[in-house]
Amino acid sequence: MALLEVNGIHTYYGAIHALKGISVSVDEGEIVTLIGANGAGKSTTINTICGILHPAQGEIYLEGEAIHELPAHEIVMRGVSQAPEGRRVFGRLTVTENLEMGAYARSDNNGIRRDMERVFTLFPRLEERSKQVAGTLSGGEQQMLSMGRALMASPRLLLLDEPSMGLAPILVEAIFDTIREINARGTTVLLVEQNALMAFSVANRGYVLQTGEIQLADTAEALRQNDEVRKLYLGEA
Amino acid sequence: MRERLQNLDPLSVVLWLLRAAILGAVLWGTVATILNNPYSAENWLDFLVFGVAQGSLYALIALGYTLVYGVLFMINFAHGEFFMSGIFTATVFVAIPLSETAFWDSHPVLSLLVVALVAMATSVGIAVLTERVAYRPLRHAPRLVPLITAIGASFFWQYFFRGLYGSGITAFPPVEMLKGSLIVGGLEILWTQVVVIVASVLLLIGLYIFVMRTKTGKAMRAVAEDKQVAALMGIDVDRVIVITFATGAALAGAAGLLYALLFRQVHFFMGFFPGIKAFTAAVLGGIGSVPGAALGGLFLGMFESIGPSLFLEGLGIPAAYQLKDVIAFTMLVLVLIVRPQGILGERLAEKKA
Repeated sequence: MALLEVNGIHTYYGAIHALKGISVSVDEGEIVTLIGANGAGKSTTINTICGILHPAQGEIYLEGEAIHELPAHEIVMRGVSQAPEGRRVFGRLTVTENLEMGAYARSDNNGIRRDMERVFTLFPRLEERSKQVAGTLSGGEQQMLSMGRALMASPRLLLLDEPSMGLAPILVEAIFDTIREINARGTTVLLVEQNALMAFSVANRGYVLQTGEIQLADTAEALRQNDEVRKLYLGEA
Repeated sequence: MRERLQNLDPLSVVLWLLRAAILGAVLWGTVATILNNPYSAENWLDFLVFGVAQGSLYALIALGYTLVYGVLFMINFAHGEFFMSGIFTATVFVAIPLSETAFWDSHPVLSLLVVALVAMATSVGIAVLTERVAYRPLRHAPRLVPLITAIGASFFWQYFFRGLYGSGITAFPPVEMLKGSLIVGGLEILWTQVVVIVASVLLLIGLYIFVMRTKTGKAMRAVAEDKQVAALMGIDVDRVIVITFATGAALAGAAGLLYALLFRQVHFFMGFFPGIKAFTAAVLGGIGSVPGAALGGLFLGMFESIGPSLFLEGLGIPAAYQLKDVIAFTMLVLVLIVRPQGILGERLAEKKA
């Protein structure tokens, strides 16, 4: 059974039909990426999975259990957490407080402490700045904090929405190395990216979205070789 | 400089002259008061102590406005009624019956604690009910809608409790233990004032620790910043909003008892002026800021208590004390002209707009 099974979902933003029957499946231990242009429906897909939006049609199953009617905060408790687009750290809370909020749904204090140490090992910069308010961090540090905060939920499935957005190339490399490391330690990752090349370099499989529909679904390697993908998303002739 | 002078239109000249005239009158009055010296140093200290006591009440009530505004960007104009409902109910059902027994005088601390608990519980109940019935369905409506609803809720509760307990003024039974005053270095402070100030400070500290240190308090701050992301952290946003209303109302309920100790009376309309003043204090301190509400409350209380005598008495205005509201609101306008975000406030409205 797939860890996450998205089954033909339709999602609306008011009158806008944003998702027109998206199906995605993610197996335990995988990194799966969703790529596509702006407005293709990548973030909408992720926000429907985590319960910020609800599908008008279709179902979402987490290990066989339907989650598409649950409110966002209950989906977190079932092991799905997100580092949202644009980082959206709590700017007036300290780094440590942001991480504590990530673990809000948990009550196993020892586990929380262990995971906080783990986050600090992944991102030593965050430990140096643990008492600083998050609004004073640089963009790269805020991205680390946003990912660290999502990891604090100890998720089975981590949703990353555009983690490379607005970051210098060297930081993008570092962030993707970390995504590999997070995955190697057993967290399944669903990654939304505009930077398709970087996304394919870490992902096992990928989906290409266009105007709310899935155009292609294949292994990351095959997608990278695909002529159309190369032309449209990798900027190759 | 010359260019600026040339660009002045007649209206702004008039406005500047008006401001200068007000400032001049205040200065004139102050100098005249000081020269005439109608009050002794003890009188001034009395005014100050009364101002601090009154100000700490404003501060406690202001916190309710500021907490709710911080989380929902909504001015909860029914907050003054949360304040009134608690102590009015506790007076009618607990304080008065209890004062007719020997228990009231033999166990004054315990009696007052029971009154406080009933007042706080009632205020919290009314607040939670109002949030659930009147505010929550309108959470995503344009901002003006919940504002008007809050004004409606305010009137609703005023007349609800008027119908329930009557329109007269009900005396709060005197507490034997709190008669007389404490004398510190020649300064005489009424015991009720001591109780009001100490209890307010303790509650303010308690609230600050709650908001800054506890998991729920941190969740409140997270919800205030970004409700959607807070939900993504597993925070039940609706629950946190209810807790925010309840916290503000509990403080208002406690403030109600302190008000009753200070002024010895309760009535259905008692929430209106303290509510408006506390709202003023919250704006003055920077709405959304917890220390701002405390500071704004104290500031307003002291200003109101010293201001009339200091600024106006010297101008020969009779019964200057009755003009304290004019002074309070004039100061609000002046502060907002100079510093629209309040003393400790951030420019929230612009950032969130």
